[in-house]
Amino acid sequence: MKFVLSLITFFPAAAALLFAAVPTGRPGRFFLRAWVAVAAIEMVLVVALWVAYDPHGGYQFTESLPWIPSAGVGYHVGVDGISLPLLAMTAVLFLACAIYSLREARRPRAYVCLFLGLQTVCTGVFVALDLIVFFVFFDLSIVAMYFLIAGWGHGEAAKAAALKFFLYTFVGSVVLLLGFIGLFLASSPHTFDIVALTKADPLAGRGLYAGVVLLALGIGFAIKTPTVPFHTWLPPAHTEAPAAGSAILAGVLLKLGTYGFVRIAMPLLPGAWRRFALVFIILGALSAVYGALVALAQRDFKRMIAYTSVNHMGFVVLGIGAAGVLAGTDAQARTLAVTGAVTQMVSHGLITGALFLLSGVLWDRTASYDIEAHSGLAGPAPAFAGLTAVAAFASIGIPGFSGFVAEFQIFAGSLGSQVAATAIAVSSIVVTAALFLRALQRMLAGPLHLPERPSGVARFADLTTREAAAVVPLLVASAAIGVAPRWLLDVIEPAARNLVHLVGG
Amino acid sequence: MKENPAALAPELALVVAAVVGAVASGWLPRRRQWAVRLLAAGACVGGLVATALAMLGPPERVFDGSYAIDPATNAARVVVLGAALVVIGLSAEPLRAHPHESEFYVLLLLASAGAIALVGADDLLTVFAAYLLASVPSYGLVGLLRDRTGSEASLKYYLLGALFGIVMLAGATVLVGLGATSSYPGLREALDSAPRAAVAFGAVCVTAGLLFKIGGVPAQFWVPDAVDGASVPAAAFVTTIPKIGGLGAAFRFFTEALPAGRVDWALLVAVTAACTMTLGNFAAFAQTRVKRLLAYSTIGQVGYLLMAVAVAGRNGLAQQALWYYLAAYTVTNLAAFAVVAELPAARTLSDYRGLAHHRPLLAGSLAVSLLGLVGTPPTALFVGKLEIFTAVIHGGYTWLAVLAILNTVASLYYYLRWLVPAFLHAPSPHPAVLSSGGTWSAATAYAAATATVILGVGAAAVLPLGAGHLLP
Repeated sequence: MKFVLSLITFFPAAAALLFAAVPTGRPGRFFLRAWVAVAAIEMVLVVALWVAYDPHGGYQFTESLPWIPSAGVGYHVGVDGISLPLLAMTAVLFLACAIYSLREARRPRAYVCLFLGLQTVCTGVFVALDLIVFFVFFDLSIVAMYFLIAGWGHGEAAKAAALKFFLYTFVGSVVLLLGFIGLFLASSPHTFDIVALTKADPLAGRGLYAGVVLLALGIGFAIKTPTVPFHTWLPPAHTEAPAAGSAILAGVLLKLGTYGFVRIAMPLLPGAWRRFALVFIILGALSAVYGALVALAQRDFKRMIAYTSVNHMGFVVLGIGAAGVLAGTDAQARTLAVTGAVTQMVSHGLITGALFLLSGVLWDRTASYDIEAHSGLAGPAPAFAGLTAVAAFASIGIPGFSGFVAEFQIFAGSLGSQVAATAIAVSSIVVTAALFLRALQRMLAGPLHLPERPSGVARFADLTTREAAAVVPLLVASAAIGVAPRWLLDVIEPAARNLVHLVGG
Repeated sequence: MKENPAALAPELALVVAAVVGAVASGWLPRRRQWAVRLLAAGACVGGLVATALAMLGPPERVFDGSYAIDPATNAARVVVLGAALVVIGLSAEPLRAHPHESEFYVLLLLASAGAIALVGADDLLTVFAAYLLASVPSYGLVGLLRDRTGSEASLKYYLLGALFGIVMLAGATVLVGLGATSSYPGLREALDSAPRAAVAFGAVCVTAGLLFKIGGVPAQFWVPDAVDGASVPAAAFVTTIPKIGGLGAAFRFFTEALPAGRVDWALLVAVTAACTMTLGNFAAFAQTRVKRLLAYSTIGQVGYLLMAVAVAGRNGLAQQALWYYLAAYTVTNLAAFAVVAELPAARTLSDYRGLAHHRPLLAGSLAVSLLGLVGTPPTALFVGKLEIFTAVIHGGYTWLAVLAILNTVASLYYYLRWLVPAFLHAPSPHPAVLSSGGTWSAATAYAAATATVILGVGAAAVLPLGAGHLLP
């Protein structure tokens, strides 16, 4: 068990290298099936990790090796109650994407290798306990996603969207690097180790310095999350990406930003976090409302889902911001807010992943995301309609799904100190409910109508077994959290309490 | 005072091999000139072995204190000799049986010896002699193919080099006049009481000469023409080896020859760095020819390197950062040039379309080298940038680090302009444009790209080699 985290992290990349080295001539199906096998093995490993994990044990399965000692960089990895659920969500979502992509016809080998590489870097971010290890994976996630959007997106517009995505998020990542260097230089002895920096709290009492470092980290993570006003890269990237790419982008990559706040910004800069918590609360509430309102105005189904991501990530930022305000609240409420924020990260990954895969199903049938152009899909495709409706309701946050558990905790934890911001954020749920119901009604109900296509007859086949096998488990997982959340919350809560204790000074 | 020639074994190996090669080229048949290539490679390997031995010994100053054998000189030897080997590797095919093949290797060896001597020189006159030894063969290398653009580029390079050489000599004269000595430790002591304006004038003039060597603003005009006009091997040489010498010389000059606090050279270098990186990166935007794009990219990279010089002496990080970055930049840049050498018919960015389809490995090497130049982990330049940014922020130049960050983002854009056709565009209807230059250049590209990653992941083993005190 000593190197289990390294195994989980690098197994997909090793598989990708192996696939890349296989002589040409193998059919594409071979790689796509092998990918499912790799993702399934990865899933089994993560489940084993979960079973062996002790919720009250702090960082576990840690590995610490010197990497570049003269630069204060070490290969330090480990998981706690915040990273483990995200790790598990990553494994589930990649498995779903592997199943969904079994029919991918365009350059399947390169496609599979990119996804496997992406799984390694996403997993790596969640297990990293060294700022540079974190950054290496964080930065590589951008490169891999760029090639995925540009290479497998919908035509020329995809290249422009991918370029915007790359440049925009790259700005965030290099600004982040400056912040990390700021932390490094403040520590004594100089180190990039997250655990050591948490213990030392090198920026305690250094107002301006800490503020500047938090600004750098804040910009870096806010771009990745994304919160308003740094969200403009997100809608085009999502609209143009292939379905599985969108699912990973929304499900996992956005979490790298919010996870960064929770793993790095809050524990390493507790004083500055408390001081500027209000900024994050306002940004969170603003993102929630803005995301919902702009989503309401969309005609494009996928773009609409993309904007609801801005809304949902706004809740997360609100929750972690509220955890930094001590007045008018107690540690229990703040723990609730952080637990809710982490649950929301997991929940959003599952639900939005499902929604993006379903939008991919739509594109495969009609090559359009236009809400107005579709109607009456429930007739020929009852399974598609049913699952879309379930996913939409889960995304709205109705009880019985993970979104409810997450958002309820965030709001309950934030309300004590932030009545106004919480009320504003809660009101955005009404907007998301309206927009999803409107979209469902237009597309699923009424007489059958499909967009004009130059070739082919107007018919809409229902979900295939492959598509259902990819989407259903995500929604089942969401429902499992919604109905019986203790198995998840028991893991998150101790770590959240620990974090709140650190931020509480 | 030691006058032991064995201390200069790596430099002497290059010079002796150059002389032997020059003589031999007179009677070697054109088809047998590979013997000179072998000789040159042998000299580089021999020099590397001698350097390894020198690293085990204590630092020393030789020849009346005019030459220092210390960690910086040894680092320069390793990087220059390694770079020369890579250049020899990628020039095997483009120059095979060329009428001037032997001359190319002879000039390469002499210029490499000059670059090393620039770093080792601990005396203003030695620096100037090294400047000439490094420059004069370079003019010849650029114009060696004797075509129209090459000759024009060579002439421009030569004229600018002569101009900046005179400026440098003038500056050295002033400083020697003020200090009554040309040795760095002596100057450092004497200049402390000399008139400030005169010291500043001399220092600026010497800096100008070194800026010409490294292609920094305002002496960068020759770079795009020389790189575009020269053969690919000469372009690969001129964008790496002279820069190593010039930057190492600047680092030693500022920290060892100028008294601390007498002139604010750090601000001068910081502003130069800022202008150089910004000009290089933004001028690269509009380029459509791969060699010109790489030329401007190297100007941008020199800007980052100058940042390390700007904070030289402020902390122990700068020197280690400079040498690591130089090594990382050299191997990464040479990897990109090796890809260019492997595809001699592809001259513009759009010629590269469909490369990933025809040559996946070569396209992979190109991606590693170009993303490496951006500083994407885990390549070597990521660690290099991390080191330099850390040194710069630690040295109090946070604004410079922020500017460098903005430049890095800008640079990503033009590197992607090259990668997008290679990876995302449909293969060209004329696949002949992607025909292979030969086995050696391809192998060099793969090896250099692999080395970029290994150097990054294994940075722990390499970083300390650039550290260690310079001799006073």
